[in-house]
This record gives sequence, structure tokens and C-alpha cells, in this order.
Amino acid sequence: MDFFMEFPSLSRAELASLRRSIDGAFRDFTRSWAETLESFFNPLLRFLVWFENLLLATPWPVILIVIGGLCFAGARSWKITAASVLAFVTIGYFGMWEDTMSTLAIISVATFLCIAIGIPLGIVMARSDRMQAAITPVLDVMQTIPSFVYLIPVVMLLGIGKVPGLIAVCIYAIPPIVRLTNLGIRLVDKDILEAADAFGASPRQKLWGVQVPLALPNIFAGVNQTIMMALAMVVIASMIGVQGLGVPVLRAISNQYLALGVMNGLAIVALAIIFDRVSQTYGKRLQAHRKGHGHD
Amino acid sequence: MTDAKVRISNLYKIFGKAPQKVLPLVRDGLSKTDLLEQHNHVLGIQNVSLDIPEKRIQVVMGLSGSGKSTLIRHINRLIEPTAGEILIDGEDVLSMSDSQLQDLRRFKASMVFQKFGLLPHRRIIENVAYGLVVQGKSAAQCDKQARHWIDRVGLSGYEDHYPAQLSGGMQQRVGLARALATDAEILLMDEAFSALDPLIRYDMQSILLELQNELHKTIIFITHDLDEALRLGDNIAILRDGAMVQQGDAQQIVLKPADDYIRDFIKDINRGRVIRLGSLATGQPPEQGAPLSGDTLLEDALTQLVDAPDQRLAVANKEGRLIGAVTLKDALQAMRS
Ligand SMILES: Nc1ncnc2c1ncn2[C@@H]1O[C@H](COP(=O)(O)OP(=O)(O)OP(=O)(O)O)[C@@H](O)[C@H]1O
Ligand SMILES: [Mg+2]
Repeated sequence: MDFFMEFPSLSRAELASLRRSIDGAFRDFTRSWAETLESFFNPLLRFLVWFENLLLATPWPVILIVIGGLCFAGARSWKITAASVLAFVTIGYFGMWEDTMSTLAIISVATFLCIAIGIPLGIVMARSDRMQAAITPVLDVMQTIPSFVYLIPVVMLLGIGKVPGLIAVCIYAIPPIVRLTNLGIRLVDKDILEAADAFGASPRQKLWGVQVPLALPNIFAGVNQTIMMALAMVVIASMIGVQGLGVPVLRAISNQYLALGVMNGLAIVALAIIFDRVSQTYGKRLQAHRKGHGHD
Repeated sequence: MTDAKVRISNLYKIFGKAPQKVLPLVRDGLSKTDLLEQHNHVLGIQNVSLDIPEKRIQVVMGLSGSGKSTLIRHINRLIEPTAGEILIDGEDVLSMSDSQLQDLRRFKASMVFQKFGLLPHRRIIENVAYGLVVQGKSAAQCDKQARHWIDRVGLSGYEDHYPAQLSGGMQQRVGLARALATDAEILLMDEAFSALDPLIRYDMQSILLELQNELHKTIIFITHDLDEALRLGDNIAILRDGAMVQQGDAQQIVLKPADDYIRDFIKDINRGRVIRLGSLATGQPPEQGAPLSGDTLLEDALTQLVDAPDQRLAVANKEGRLIGAVTLKDALQAMRS
């Protein structure tokens, strides 16, 4: 009867020794590999630091002009540009300029990394069903596992700092771009691909001349989602030593500063909305030619 | 025929998991329906042999699902056959390596599609130049040739538009220009005009005939429309359930339909616009009256026959030799039955 009332499990001592041996093994691994990994990520760290310092050292009016210029180049809309600049002015006025620059730096670098790794990965997935079957579950895990869980090994390996924070952000933010690149390429019209085949296009000519350009709207949706998810990680990343808008939020939580929390939270939201609007209108502009009788 | 540009021999295509396994059954005469019901394989092409002469228009006709698209895609090997042989200029297409096949598609055979298959993200001029870019031609050459062909299909001024900004008929002209631009000797056209409405379709046929008069390509033209087949085809092949039912020129098919399937196909056509005097000429030609050419369509000969003495006229072949006579009664009978 006892057997049915209590789930048959390992004894407490057995479990403890199991955990100890896993932890021990990982610690050994850390000890022998930490330095190699650190030097491997060193260029990334230097780039991130350089970029953050650049943003912080540049006079604020220059930054505002650059942001306005980028917004206009992307969205081609005065409304979005003006709203973005206004948002940054407000952020600065309320004393959050420096934290915002730090956050901007890590988000930009994380997005860049995700694109650089995610798009090739998505292309590989699209070209082979076996790769797709192998990578999809990994992406599922990356998206569903609570971020605190993978923070542990990352911090054990690399300690507290910008690089582990960046890696944590990337793990969380990379799945959408991989998925949507894969999907976009697989959804390319079979008739158009057949035409390319019939004219003797090589696999490379097909990929860069037909598949990737036609998948661009989807790839762009992926970039957009990746940026949004990276922003969502700002607070968690600040727990392991990333500067930026997450730090005051954390402080606000532990000290129950309502105003501080809300202000910095709103700043993150403002960044998210700007990124979203600009990248979405840019994506729409990319596929304007499909609409038919519109002109260029 | 030894001068076939494209020779297809005993071609079979079976779609399914293990086509080689069921091939012997098909060779023994298993029907398409039975193959599907008993073995879950689809019979695409069965034992088709066809010699396609150089510089002519070969039409392949058949109802939907008869295997026309499957057949034409074997010629540039977009589809691998289950069994059989395909020769182009005596070269075995099936033993070609990947790079030889690529060259075949780049330089020798180009294609026009029912759904156009244009690249929506590229301008018209870039679409027309597509085959040239794939061939590796210089940018200047691509541009020059593309402009030339855009002009030839009557689309000058639309170079910088996108496909979606053009009507269906215009889009297919782009498709045609793209196929012609590569200078391929063989033109594969899979229901190229079927998506267009009748008037535009007629225009496109005229454009094609006009270009053909001067370019003399070997054209394989797929259609399910008999009028189109009769207008364009120097030779017509008819498919049913993947098998060749009859092949020959328009007159042969109209005068001697091989079976009820074809009789059904041709029952509504204007026979006077297909049958020529030469095929009816018999007996001793009369002395008086100028002879008519054997190439004259019945419809065009009627008024002269009515006015002729005894309503009977001599018929001459191409060299001008008399080959017999035709009466008005013969002509009317041939047009009716
Ligand atoms: N990839 C495929 N897999 C399985 N069956 C196929 C495939 N492609 C074609 N078929 C089958 O082969 C037969 C011939 O098809 P095909 O497309 O060649 O016909 P078609 O004469 O071109 O018809 P349509 O006029 O509708 O274009 C059909 O029964 C079709 O269902
Ligand atoms: Mg078809």
C-alpha cells in the first residue's frame, strides 16, 4: 500500500550525490575552459564596451540627430521620426539618458549577433528537413526554459558581467529570427523556384537571387521579434551585471520605489515601440512592389 | 525520322514511393485507375514516344491531368523519368551531369510557364535579363539584350515596372521575352496562354507566330485548347491518361481521329479551316479552269468551286503538278462530317 501512496523516487542521499557529481563535473569543466572561453569572447566584450562608450561619450544632440536620421531612413515617416526624437528627449529630461544609452548598446549588439548567427542557421534549416528536425526542438527549449535556469551555467562559466548578459539575451532572443528565416524560405512560391530551375540557376543563385529576397518580409518580422525579446530581457540581464535601464528597475523592486520603477519601465517600452514601428514600416516598404499598382 | 531535335522514346513516369516496383505492372497494361487503387501510385506518363522535328511547333494536347506538364518537364529534366530515353540533338539528357544539365537549361532550352513564374521583387528588365544573368553575361550585355526583347514583345516603356503592376497578358509577354532572351533553340511552353482571356490569348498566339516566322525555334507548346492547337501546331500529339493517343498534323487528326476521345475533342471545330484541298483531290483533273493549290483551305476554296464548270476544279501540289480534282460536293461533305 505504501508503494502507491508515495512516488517511488531516489533517496535523498542518492539525489544529493547525483547533483553533487553533476555540479562537480561542470565545475571542473569550468575550471579548465573558463579562460579559453573568456579569451574567445574577449573581442565581443571589447566591441560592446567600445560601442557603449561611444554612445555615452557622444554629445546628446548628435545622438538625437543620428537617431532621427536612422528613424527617417527606416520608416520614411515624419510622424514616427518626430515621436522617436521626442521620446528620447523626454527620457533624457527625466535623467535616464545614460542608462538608455547602455541599454541601446547591448540591444544593438545582441540584435546584430542574433542576425549574424540566426539567418545562416535559418537558411541551413530551410535547405534540409533533417536539420529542421534537429534544430526545432532546441529552439523550443531555448524559448520555454526559464531564463534563470540558463543564467546559472552561463554565470558559472563566465562570471558576472556584460558578456554573460549578452549571451543570456541572445539565447532568449534568437529563436524567432531562425524560425522565421526558415519559414520564409520554405514558403517561397514553388512556381517561381521552378522557373529559376528551368533557367539553370545554381543552388547559390537560387538562394541569393530568389529565396532570400522573397523571404525578406518574413525574415524582417523575425528581426523585429528578436529586438522585442531582447528588450524584454533587459531587467533579467541587469541581474548579472549588465548596465542599463534594468538596473534602476531592480533597485526599485528591492526598495519599493514605485516612481523609479515605472519611469524606467516606461523608457524600455518607449524603446520597444520605436524599434518596432521603424522596423515594421521598413519591412513594409521592402515589399511595396508586390502590391501592384502602387508606384515607386 | 532521323532529324528529330528532341526524341522521346518509351517514356514512363510513375509518381509514388516505389515506382520501379510497379513499373513492370504498368508495362503489362495496368490502368491508371487500377494502379492508383491497388498500389497507391499515380501514373503520369506511360510509354510515350515522340519525335519533335527541328524549327517547328509541336503541340501537345490533352485534358487536365493527362500528363502534359509532366511530359514537357522531362525534356529539360525538371522531372526524372521512371524509364525511357530523351535525346536532344542526339545527346542523352538522362546521362547528363549536373553541370551539363545546367548548361542545357541555360543555353539550349528555355521555358514559359502557365503562371508566368516571374520574380515579383525584380523589375521587368531584370526579369527579362534573368536567364542572361544566370548564364553569367556582363551587365551591359544583359541590359542591351533585355531591352531588345522587351521591345520585340511590345513592352517598351515598362522596363522599370514591377510584374505586379502589369496585366496578365503583359506579364506573359515578359515571360516570353525572358525565354527568348537566352537565345535557346528550344522553347518549352506549358499552357503559356491558358491563363489569359480569349482576345489576349489570340494576340499572344499572333505574337508567337510572328516571332516564329523569323526565329525558327523548336517549340513544344502545351495546351488543352483545340483551337489553339490547330492554329499553332505544325504537329499535334494528343495525350490521355499519360499515354499517346494520336499524333500527326492538324488535317490527319481531323480527318482520321484515332478514337472516340479524339472525335469528341474535334467535334465542334470548323473543319473548313483545317482541311486542305490536297487531302481530298482524286480522279482525273478537268482540262479547263486554273488549278488551285493543294494547300488551300476548304473554306477559302468554296467560292471558286461554286463558280467552276461542273463545280469541279483541278488541284496542284507545291511543284505545280496536277494531283486530282475536287468537287463542291466533296468539299461540303468533308466540312460536315
Ligand atoms: N508531383 C506529383 N506527385 C504525384 N502525382 C503527380 C505529381 N505531378 C503530377 N501528378 C499526377 O500526374 C498526372 C498528370 O499531371 P500533369 O500535371 O502532368 O497533368 P496536365 O496534363 O499538365 O494537367 P493540367 O492541364 O491540369 O495542367 C495527374 O494525375 C497528376 O495528379
Ligand atoms: Mg499542366
